[in-house]
Amino acid sequence: MNQQKGSSPRFAAVVIGGSAGGINAVTTIVSALPSCFPLPVVVVLHQSPDQPPCWVDYLDHLARLPVTEAEDKMPLVAGTVYCAPPGYHLLLETDGALALSVDEKVNFSRPSLDLLFSSAADAFGAALIGVVLTGANNDGAAGLAEIAAAGGLTMVQSPCTAQWPTMPAAALQAVPEALVADLEDIALKLVELCIVKGA
Amino acid sequence: MPERDSLEIEELEIDLLLEAILRRYGYDFRDYARASLRRKVRQIAAEVGVSHVSELVPRLLHDAELFSNVVGNFATPVTEMFRDPPFFKFVRETVVPYLHTWPFVRIWMAGCATGEEVYSLAILLKEEGIYERCTLFATDFVDPVLRHAKEGIYPLRNMQTNSINYQRAGGRGTLSDYYHADYDSVIMDAGLRENVTFANHNLVTDGVFSEVHLILCRNVLIYFNNTLQNRVLDLFHASLLHGGFLALGSKESLQQSDIRDRFQVLEPTWKVYRIIE
Repeated sequence: MNQQKGSSPRFAAVVIGGSAGGINAVTTIVSALPSCFPLPVVVVLHQSPDQPPCWVDYLDHLARLPVTEAEDKMPLVAGTVYCAPPGYHLLLETDGALALSVDEKVNFSRPSLDLLFSSAADAFGAALIGVVLTGANNDGAAGLAEIAAAGGLTMVQSPCTAQWPTMPAAALQAVPEALVADLEDIALKLVELCIVKGA
Repeated sequence: MPERDSLEIEELEIDLLLEAILRRYGYDFRDYARASLRRKVRQIAAEVGVSHVSELVPRLLHDAELFSNVVGNFATPVTEMFRDPPFFKFVRETVVPYLHTWPFVRIWMAGCATGEEVYSLAILLKEEGIYERCTLFATDFVDPVLRHAKEGIYPLRNMQTNSINYQRAGGRGTLSDYYHADYDSVIMDAGLRENVTFANHNLVTDGVFSEVHLILCRNVLIYFNNTLQNRVLDLFHASLLHGGFLALGSKESLQQSDIRDRFQVLEPTWKVYRIIE
């Protein structure tokens, strides 16, 4: 996971989480990423386990990057978007593979943002970007703080324009130094941070 | 970067802890999927009130009671009755007709945890008129968890979800036909356990104990790394009779395994396989 050497870019992976209103928010961001976006993007959204996973197909249809439901032990591939299957926690192993679990809910949620963010901070350290979007509870705040503590970059959707402000507000309280931006600006910022100009 | 250093030290501490558990208690967690295990170890350290994982080593070595709490915590996934109703519907409509072709049917539920799935399958087999011909082996490696499964006592508040699942899985009656409610708990009918043998079996260290027609092992393999997954899948392959069935969790698959060519995919979404050689 060491991204320090030579001229390789600083970042190696993006994790994004949201709850209520999150499908629209993630769709806005992911569909704005260009097909040359060079990092894997891992997404956790709270949703009912009874809901069919068709939003993954929907997102895949809209996005220029390939979008797929995360499977256990799947290795992360650059420029691919992975979504947590409903009813499962999604974690990252330190070798960069995806891992699923059916452990207890965390913050009343499975999947939980905190679990993904915490394990991703362990796996990628300072080479990780974490993003918290709209939502009506405080899942993700503790995980975002772990990303910040490991030296990663943190972004939060502006609570003023988020459909549900509770989740981004809680994240900002835990990580006051996080970048605050609207959805379109989050997408632009990701591109600016991750695509090496002239490459 | 101090954070990376402390993470490496913590990995070393977890290795030492797992080594201590193996040598003191005989349970081998070294090939468990690490991210999930690491989180649980950190939780235990926080609950016990130590700041470093290595401080858990002497505590666990000398406190067997603490260990028995820990072991359940490490390895007991949360489940419900008829979890993934379409899976149980598929078993009812597609697998059971095959089972009817055998005079006796042996079924292994590997990693049965607290037993919700054992009772689900028993109900399904009763309703399909084949239970009397079946022997079910329900195994887990944690004794208190296995006792819980055998007792068949569950919180009443879970039964609403369980009942909805049962209906969606093609249930022929109502789930309350199969349990008695008392205050805030329910107890499953003893008749459902008649042909069930609850036994301690550790997928990590134990071998083949019977030849069976159907293995259910759902959401267990996700807790294992690739090495251990392959070991367990070999064990399943060796335990299945000709034409037998293997059901994994819907997010697990044989795709990465060494034995994928020996099975045909019967149901790609719910991961039901049939052995072909």
